[in-house]
Amino acid sequence: MGYSVLGLAFGLLIQKAGYNWIWALFSSLFVYAGSMQFVLVSLLINQVPLATVVVTTLLVNSRHLFYGLSFIEKFKGLDKRRYYMIFSLTDETYALLTTLSNRGYKENEDDLMLAIAFLNQLYWITGSTLGAVLGSFVPFNTDGIEFAMAALFVVIVVEQFLANVNRKSTLIGFVCAITALMIFGPNQFLIAALGAVVIILLLLKPILGEKR
Amino acid sequence: MNIGHSLLIVAVTAISTLATRATPFILFSGKKRRVPNFIIYLSNLLPPAVMAILVVYALKELSFSSLEGYFPSLCAVGVTVVLHLIKRNTLLSIFGGVTVNMILVQHFHL
Repeated sequence: MGYSVLGLAFGLLIQKAGYNWIWALFSSLFVYAGSMQFVLVSLLINQVPLATVVVTTLLVNSRHLFYGLSFIEKFKGLDKRRYYMIFSLTDETYALLTTLSNRGYKENEDDLMLAIAFLNQLYWITGSTLGAVLGSFVPFNTDGIEFAMAALFVVIVVEQFLANVNRKSTLIGFVCAITALMIFGPNQFLIAALGAVVIILLLLKPILGEKR
Repeated sequence: MNIGHSLLIVAVTAISTLATRATPFILFSGKKRRVPNFIIYLSNLLPPAVMAILVVYALKELSFSSLEGYFPSLCAVGVTVVLHLIKRNTLLSIFGGVTVNMILVQHFHL
């Protein structure tokens, strides 16, 4: 299962940053967000102020706004169990649930959705905890393993590019990020870049919003 | 590392993540409340832009003043992209990129 391997990478990284498996376990239990947990490691390393944490998390996870919108109706039949579904609606779970509804399962759909969400988190927690434990006694030099975070994001961007999802938007993101990096330097640029992207996209809405 | 502040960072990340996931259910689950246009627009266009920013964020420590400062990472990015274009297997691409980066960082002191 791909999810636990990514979790393993997260566990190795957080362990390398000086946080043991308990941190990995609790992050995966309570935060439970793939890409954001990789960013979390770097937020921890840099010990950033909490306001930065809030803004970064809200924007990095902005795609979840979109995920939720497509499941408002679906989750209605789940009564209290839907709170867990909402909490655990990660990229992977969203993708799996989407294929599920495309295949048109009707019977036991609620239980199936819940099982998918729960198993996904279980894989993720297991992977990340194991990664952190392994990381504490790997016999070889792990320098350079930090690239896992970059690699994950590079893959997602390539994937979005291949799927032809708003390539202009990807480009705007790169331009904002590189400009902000040159102006504010590595430790301050993230918030500036994220803010700039929101403003620029809203300003370009008359142009970019047309096609949809 | 400051344990108190680190705990707060994890807690705040957890709460903010939950907030992004719960927002659509809280705001738009009423009977006929329509989702504002600009929210739909942003939820379509923001994610790809944010991912591009995260790529730069993950590579922010690159330094162009020495070959060692950028060569391993840029090679690794190249390998990741090419592998992904050929095989389109997420784990393989990540594994390939990380391996190349580790080898270059550890063994080639340029």
